[in-house]
Amino acid sequence: MTESTYRIQGATGEWEVIVGLEVHAQITTNAKLFSGAATRFGAEPNTQVSLVDAAMPGMLPVPNRECIRQAVRTGMAIEAQINRWSRFDRKNYFYADLPQGYQISQLYHPIVGEGQIEVTLDEKDPDSATKVIGIERIHVEQDAGKLMHDQHPTRSYVDLNRSGVALMEIVSKPDMRSPAEAGAYVKKLRSILRYVGSCDGNMEEGSMRADVNVSVRRPGEAFGTRTETKNVNSVRFVMAVVEYEANRQVDVLESGGTIVQETRLYDPDRNETRSMRSKEDAHDYRYFPDPDLLPLELDDAFLAECRASLPELPDAKRKRYETALGLSAYNAAVLTAEAETARWFETLIAESARIQGKSESDVAKAASNWLLSELFGALNRLGKDLETSPVSPTQGAELLALVADGTLSGSLAKQVFEIMLETGDTAGKIVEEKGLKQTSDTGAIEAAAAQVIAANADKVEQYRGGKEALFGFFVGQTMKAMGGKANPKVVNEILKTMLG
Amino acid sequence: MMTDLTNLTVAEIRDGFRAGDFTAREVAEGFNANVAAAKALNAFIVETPDKALDAADAADSARASGDLKPLSGVPIGMKDLFCTEGVQTTAASHILEGFVPTYESTVSGKLWAAGAGMLGKLNLDQFAMGSSNETSYFGNVISPWKRNDGGNAALAPGGSSGGSAAAISARLCPAATGTDTGGSIRQPAAFVGISGIKPTYGRCSRWGVVAFASSLDQAGPMARTVRDNAILLEAMSGFDPKDSTSLDLPVPAWEAGLSSDLKGKRVGIPQEYRVEGMPAEIDALWEKGIAYLKDAGAEIVEVSLPHTQYALPTYYIIAPAEASSNLARYDGVRFGLRDLPDGAGLQDMYAATRAAGFGPEVKRRIMIGTYVLSAGFYDAYYTQAQKVRTLIARDFDRAWESCDLLLTPTAPSAAFALGEKQADPLAMYLNDVFTVPASLAGLPAMSVPGGLDAQGLPLGLQIIGKALDEQGVLNAALAIEERAGFTARPDKWW
Amino acid sequence: MSVDLQTVKKIASLARISVTDGDAQAMVPELNNILGWVEQLGEVDVSGIEPMTAVIPNTSRLRDDVVTDGNVRDKVLANAPQAEQGFFAVPKVIE
Ligand SMILES: [Mg+2]
Ligand SMILES: [Zn+2]
Repeated sequence: MTESTYRIQGATGEWEVIVGLEVHAQITTNAKLFSGAATRFGAEPNTQVSLVDAAMPGMLPVPNRECIRQAVRTGMAIEAQINRWSRFDRKNYFYADLPQGYQISQLYHPIVGEGQIEVTLDEKDPDSATKVIGIERIHVEQDAGKLMHDQHPTRSYVDLNRSGVALMEIVSKPDMRSPAEAGAYVKKLRSILRYVGSCDGNMEEGSMRADVNVSVRRPGEAFGTRTETKNVNSVRFVMAVVEYEANRQVDVLESGGTIVQETRLYDPDRNETRSMRSKEDAHDYRYFPDPDLLPLELDDAFLAECRASLPELPDAKRKRYETALGLSAYNAAVLTAEAETARWFETLIAESARIQGKSESDVAKAASNWLLSELFGALNRLGKDLETSPVSPTQGAELLALVADGTLSGSLAKQVFEIMLETGDTAGKIVEEKGLKQTSDTGAIEAAAAQVIAANADKVEQYRGGKEALFGFFVGQTMKAMGGKANPKVVNEILKTMLG
Repeated sequence: MMTDLTNLTVAEIRDGFRAGDFTAREVAEGFNANVAAAKALNAFIVETPDKALDAADAADSARASGDLKPLSGVPIGMKDLFCTEGVQTTAASHILEGFVPTYESTVSGKLWAAGAGMLGKLNLDQFAMGSSNETSYFGNVISPWKRNDGGNAALAPGGSSGGSAAAISARLCPAATGTDTGGSIRQPAAFVGISGIKPTYGRCSRWGVVAFASSLDQAGPMARTVRDNAILLEAMSGFDPKDSTSLDLPVPAWEAGLSSDLKGKRVGIPQEYRVEGMPAEIDALWEKGIAYLKDAGAEIVEVSLPHTQYALPTYYIIAPAEASSNLARYDGVRFGLRDLPDGAGLQDMYAATRAAGFGPEVKRRIMIGTYVLSAGFYDAYYTQAQKVRTLIARDFDRAWESCDLLLTPTAPSAAFALGEKQADPLAMYLNDVFTVPASLAGLPAMSVPGGLDAQGLPLGLQIIGKALDEQGVLNAALAIEERAGFTARPDKWW
Repeated sequence: MSVDLQTVKKIASLARISVTDGDAQAMVPELNNILGWVEQLGEVDVSGIEPMTAVIPNTSRLRDDVVTDGNVRDKVLANAPQAEQGFFAVPKVIE
C-alpha cells in the first residue's frame, strides 16, 4: 500500500483530493427485484412493467432470490461481511420516475457490510503500486424509471421499464486520493462483478454507474465538504469528474468561497460539472422499514451455495498464472483483468495441452504470447473483441500445435493465421490446401543454399574474410528461394556447414 | 308464501338454496331490491345488481349440474377498498374517483371463485381512516339504527367498514367484506349489532387491497352470525405468494370446528381495559359476557396487559407513518385524479392533486406520518412506537401463560350521532381504544353482539385470541351469541 | 416538541399537499394536540427492547428469478390521466 502523491497545486499551496464512490450496478437477472417483469435492455416503453412496478393500488413486493444471491456472492468476492439478517427500507420522495413515491432500498440493515478491493494503479505495469480501497457496504435496491424530455414541447414522458430493476449499491470508503485511483477502482470493481456474474458491467447501457463524491483538503487536515456528482457512466468520466471537481473546489476555496454539499451533474461535452438545481430542494427521505416486506434471513445452506458457486477471482487467478503457469507478471495481469479474456485463455491452453499431449503449464507461455500479441493485434485491427473473434480457442490451439511440432515456422504461422481470420478455416486445412508446410528437406535446402552461394561469390568472400554479419543475408536469401517454407533451424545449420 | 329471503343468514341461504327451497336468482333479486330501496343509508358507492344476478344464474345452473361451490347462491357486499376488476374502486376518496382496476384483489377473487356474487362496492371511511364513516368523499353512511329517545338523530355506523356494517344490519346483504387496521371491522360490527372477525395478521392476502397501514391491515368478514363469519373467513383466507406477509399455512375448517362448549378454556379479563369514564352500561355488558362464558364452561381469570394505555398513541404513530408512505403513489401520474393548475410543474401538480383529492382526515394522518418520520424525529416517535409495540405484543404473550382467550368490550360506547365527534380528532380516535391493541399484536379478534343499551342501541363484546387461534375466538363468540340471544334489528325507516 | 406554522408548511410541502395559509394555520393546533398526546410514549421504558419487525414471527420468502409478468402495457396505462405513445405524460420536467 502506498500513499498517493497526487496533489492539486493551488495558488496558496498544495491540496489533497478525497474521493469516495457509490457505484450502482444492475444485478444480472431475468426478472425485477420485486416483480416478475423482465429486465431486458431496450424494450418498447412500458412493456416490461407489471402492475407492481406501476405502483397500482394494493400491489405488493415479493423479493427475487437471485438478486439476494448475487449481492451475497458479490459481497463474498470482496471478502465482505455478509449480514445474515437484513431488511428493506423505504426512501420516500416524489418524482415522476418513482411510481411508489418511495424507493425500496436498505439503509439501516444492508445485506453486505464492510469489505475491500485491492487495485493496481496501472494494470499494464506489473510493478505499479497497489492500494486497498475499503468498501463500506453493499445494499440491494430498486432502480427508477426513465423520463424523456425530448418527445414533446411541454410534456415529459415516463417509461417504467427500468422501474424496479434490481441494483446493488456498492459504497466505497473515502479512500481514493486521485483520478487514477478512482479509475482503477471502478475498473477493478467492474472486473470483479463480471467474474462473479452479478453484473454485466455495461456502462454504456447504464448497468453500472457511479456517484462520485469529491472533496479537497490541505494534506493532513480534516475532510472538507464534499459534492456528489451523480450517474457518471464511464471510467474516463469518473476520472474527469474527480479532476474537474477537485480543481473547481480548490478555486472556490482559494478565492475565499465555501463548498456547498450538493448534488451535481457531469456534462461530458463540456467536461464540467454543474449543480442540479431541480434536486436542490432539501431532501428528507423519511427512511423507515418497508412494512410490506419481512426481514431477510439467510440460512447456512444458502450461504454455502453462494460461496461454492463463486469462480476463481482475478487476484487469485493472476497469482496462479504467475506461479503455476509460469507467465510473466504483465501477461498474467492482462489475461486476468477481464473474466472473458481469462475464460478464453483457459480454453485455449486446455485445448493446446490436449492436442499436444502436454501439461497446461508447458503450453501456457506460447499460448499467452500468441493471444496477447497475435490475436489481440488482429482483433484490434478488425475492431472486434474476444466475444466476436472469428477464431475460436480450439482453432487457436490447433495453430499453436502446428508451430510446436515444427510444421509451421513463426512466419508461416502468421500467414496461416491471417487466412484463418479471413476464411474461418482451420489451420490444418489451410496448411494442407496452400502447401504452407515448413520443410526440413535437407536436399532441397542444400540446393537452394548452393545457388545463393554461387550467385554471391563477392559476399562469400567478404564473409569468409570476417564479415560475419553477412550470415543473415544468406539465411534470408535461402529462405526466399525456399518460398518461406524452409525450417529456419535447418537452413542455419546447412549454411554454417557450406560457408565453412 | 315464501319467507323474505333477505332475512336469511349466509348459512341459511347456502343450505336452503342447495336444498332447492329457492333459487339463487330469487335471493339476488331480493337483495338487489333492498339495495335499490336503501339509498338513504348511502351504504354503497357502486351498486352491481347485474353482477349479483350473473353469479346467481351461474349458481342456479351449477346446482342443476351438481357442481356447487361453497358460497354458491350467496350474494355479498364488497368494501370499496378491495380492487375489483372492471368495477370502480375508490377507497371512498376523490383521488381514486373513476379508477377502474384491471385486476382483482386476491380476497375478492377467492370469494367469487367460491361462488359468491357481488351486490356492490360498500362505502367506508376514506382510505379506511376513521371510526364513523364521516370521512368518505361519497358522503356519510347512515346507520339504520335509531335511538329509542324519539330524537331521530342520524347515527354513525362506525368505521371504517361502516358501509358493510350498515348494509348487513339493514338486510341489504347477508354478509360483506371488511378490513381492520385498528378496529375497522369490530367497532362498526358492534355499533350495528352484527359480528365481524379480524383474523391473524397474514391470514388474508393484502394483494389488491388499497393499503392504509401495511403492518396492521387485515381483511375479514362481517355477517350477522358467528357461523356466517366462519364460512366467509374460510373462503377469504389462505396463502398468497403475491403478498410477502401472507402466512403459508393451510386454512382450517372453521365452520366444521364450531363448538360453544368452552370447558377447559381459560378466559382472561384484562384489568387495564377498565378505563376511566367507561359508561356503566359497557361495564354491565362486560359482566354479562363473563357470565355467558362461565356458563359455557370457561374459567375466568384476571390478567394484566400493562402497556394497554400506550396502544392508542403507538397506533397513531405507526399507522399514519405507514399511510404517509403508502399514499405517496396517489400523485396524478398513473391513475386517479390529476389537478394541473395553469403553468404548474410536476411537483406543483402533485401538491395540487393531493390537496384536491384527499379529505381532511387523510391529510391529517399523512401530515402526522410525514412528521414522525422526518429527520430528527424518527427515533423519538417511530422507533419508540415500534419498541412499545414489542412491549404490547409481549403483554399478550405473558397473558397467554394464564389464559387462552381474552374478553373485553369492543368499543367504549354505543354508536354516537353523526357529527358528534367530528370536531375533535382525538375523541374520535378513542373509539378504537379496545380494538387497537390486538391489531398492533396481529392477533385474531372478533366482535359479537352482547345486548342493547338503554337507548336501544347494540353493544358488542370482543374476543381476542392467540395468533392463529381463530377457532378459539369463533367458539367463544358462538358461546356468547347463543346465550345473548341477540335478535334486535333496526326498524326500517329508509 | 410542538409544531409551528413554518413546520406545518414544511411538512405539507414534504408530503406534497398544497395548503393555504388558512389551512396551515388550522392544522397547527390540531397537529399539536395529536402530537402532544402521542408523546406520552416517551415515558415508557424501552431499554433493551427491539423495535417490532414482524408482527407475526415470519421471515421473507423469496421468489424464483422467472419472468412471470409484464407485457400488459394496456393495463398499466388504462387509468392514466394522460398517456401518449405508450408513455405516461407529465408536465415537462427540467432536470
Ligand atoms: Mg448516491
Ligand atoms: Zn442508490
